[in-house]
Amino acid sequence: MRFSGFRVFTEALRGHKGWQPLWRNPEPQPAYDYVIVGGGGHGLATAYYLATTFRQARIAVLEKGWLGSGNIGRNTTIIRSNYLLPGNQPFYEFSMKLWEGLEQELNFNAMVSQRGILNLFHTDAQRDAYRRRGNAMLLSGADAELLDSAQVRAMYPFLNFDNARFPIKGGLLQRRAGTARHDGVAWGYARGADMAGVDLIQNCEVTGFRIENGRVRGVETSRGHIGAGKVGVAVAGSSGRVMAMAGMRLPIESHVLQAFVTEGLKPVIDGVITFGAGHFYVSQSDKGGLVFGGDIDGYNSYAQRGNMAVIEDVAQGGMALMPMIGRARLLRVWGGIMDMSMDGSPIIDRTPIEGLYLNAGWCYGGFKATPASGHAFAHLLATDTPHDTARAYRLDRFARGRPIDEKGMGAQPNLH
Amino acid sequence: MLIPHPLLGLRDSSEFTYLGDAALLDRPDGMAEGAAARFHDYVHLRDNPAGIHRELWFHEQGDRSWLVVTRNTVTHEILGAELAREARLKGGAA
Repeated sequence: MRFSGFRVFTEALRGHKGWQPLWRNPEPQPAYDYVIVGGGGHGLATAYYLATTFRQARIAVLEKGWLGSGNIGRNTTIIRSNYLLPGNQPFYEFSMKLWEGLEQELNFNAMVSQRGILNLFHTDAQRDAYRRRGNAMLLSGADAELLDSAQVRAMYPFLNFDNARFPIKGGLLQRRAGTARHDGVAWGYARGADMAGVDLIQNCEVTGFRIENGRVRGVETSRGHIGAGKVGVAVAGSSGRVMAMAGMRLPIESHVLQAFVTEGLKPVIDGVITFGAGHFYVSQSDKGGLVFGGDIDGYNSYAQRGNMAVIEDVAQGGMALMPMIGRARLLRVWGGIMDMSMDGSPIIDRTPIEGLYLNAGWCYGGFKATPASGHAFAHLLATDTPHDTARAYRLDRFARGRPIDEKGMGAQPNLH
Repeated sequence: MLIPHPLLGLRDSSEFTYLGDAALLDRPDGMAEGAAARFHDYVHLRDNPAGIHRELWFHEQGDRSWLVVTRNTVTHEILGAELAREARLKGGAA
């Protein structure tokens, strides 16, 4: 079933009775060549690229709940490639390029909207840092523009430019960045993987690994044993729990990050604005709600909900940046579990157990990485070599003194 | 979250700064055999449990004491708190 304008038109004439479910709901087979644990954005993208780009094989995705029930449905939908370090920026720019062709490739409307992201700065030193970051972005093939205060004012006249503590001196703009429909991304990849023959098995929780002589042979699940040639784990905030079943401790802590949306308002913010100094960022959804967020709560959590102190902190940041936000009524607050790594950067690597692979440590930045993460993980699973843009994301990089620490915070996950 | 400070009673968690797993109290011996590997594990690896977690909180906006707080990471329920110094003397840091 392909989607097109013509199809929508003819279905409208037929009372929309011809639409089919987007994927099958198969029973698990006794064994697969590849088993992906985790039916979120990264797991589904991995299965899709594994099935379409790298290897035709028997592939299954195991999901303990329903597809896309974790962080892919809980984020603030921002896509961007505005990193600094050489281990990171080419990977995120690769992801940005995949976003740009995603809907055509998947034949699915993921509502990718390149509406631009603006990182505000407030001091000369921050301007220098953003100039350097912008140059790093340009070197990786991404786009970047440094705006002065007047140019920012022309875009967003309602910002509080003359805040005594954080006057807005300008911003770093990436026009190709933007937002995407987060659930649509999961559904698009799920449909694409299903059409390529991947078995998407829901309500199937992995309860253990079968490991013999240092090699993984399969997984134990709530629906019985499933044999596997290779197992890829992409379970975000649950990484620690799942890999503990394989006897591994990870350089990861799980933390809760909250996000917020207001009632629907008339169009006021056409891009994404980040106010790093105030721990606040905001965009406006196509339905009109202001979608915003701030820092993680800062303590280990698996609760998918946070506490009041951070809600107050984020609200204060919003009031400092754009005082008119005080008139908007908050509609929802929710939380997701972040796999916060020791340097704030992800891991896409083999593990000491043969045939077991790990994709984790995305902190609060996993959504934008979804296409590249899936592509790079599929590459690793199929070829046993890292993708060119993901060579730095090694599991043993801390032991080798090669962390990728964008914020320079050291091994303190709640500060990244 | 309210933390039952052993000296000050119930205090709001926003007065505190969070460090992490209380296992950090058990610092490896830097002169022992294999110290580099042990320090790698000490600095970087975590049990990261879903459930009961013993963790270090610093009362930065208060009496500046370090506490070992026992908390459930799934429900955020706080089950107890003691001074980190006393937890360490008892030897049951982790």
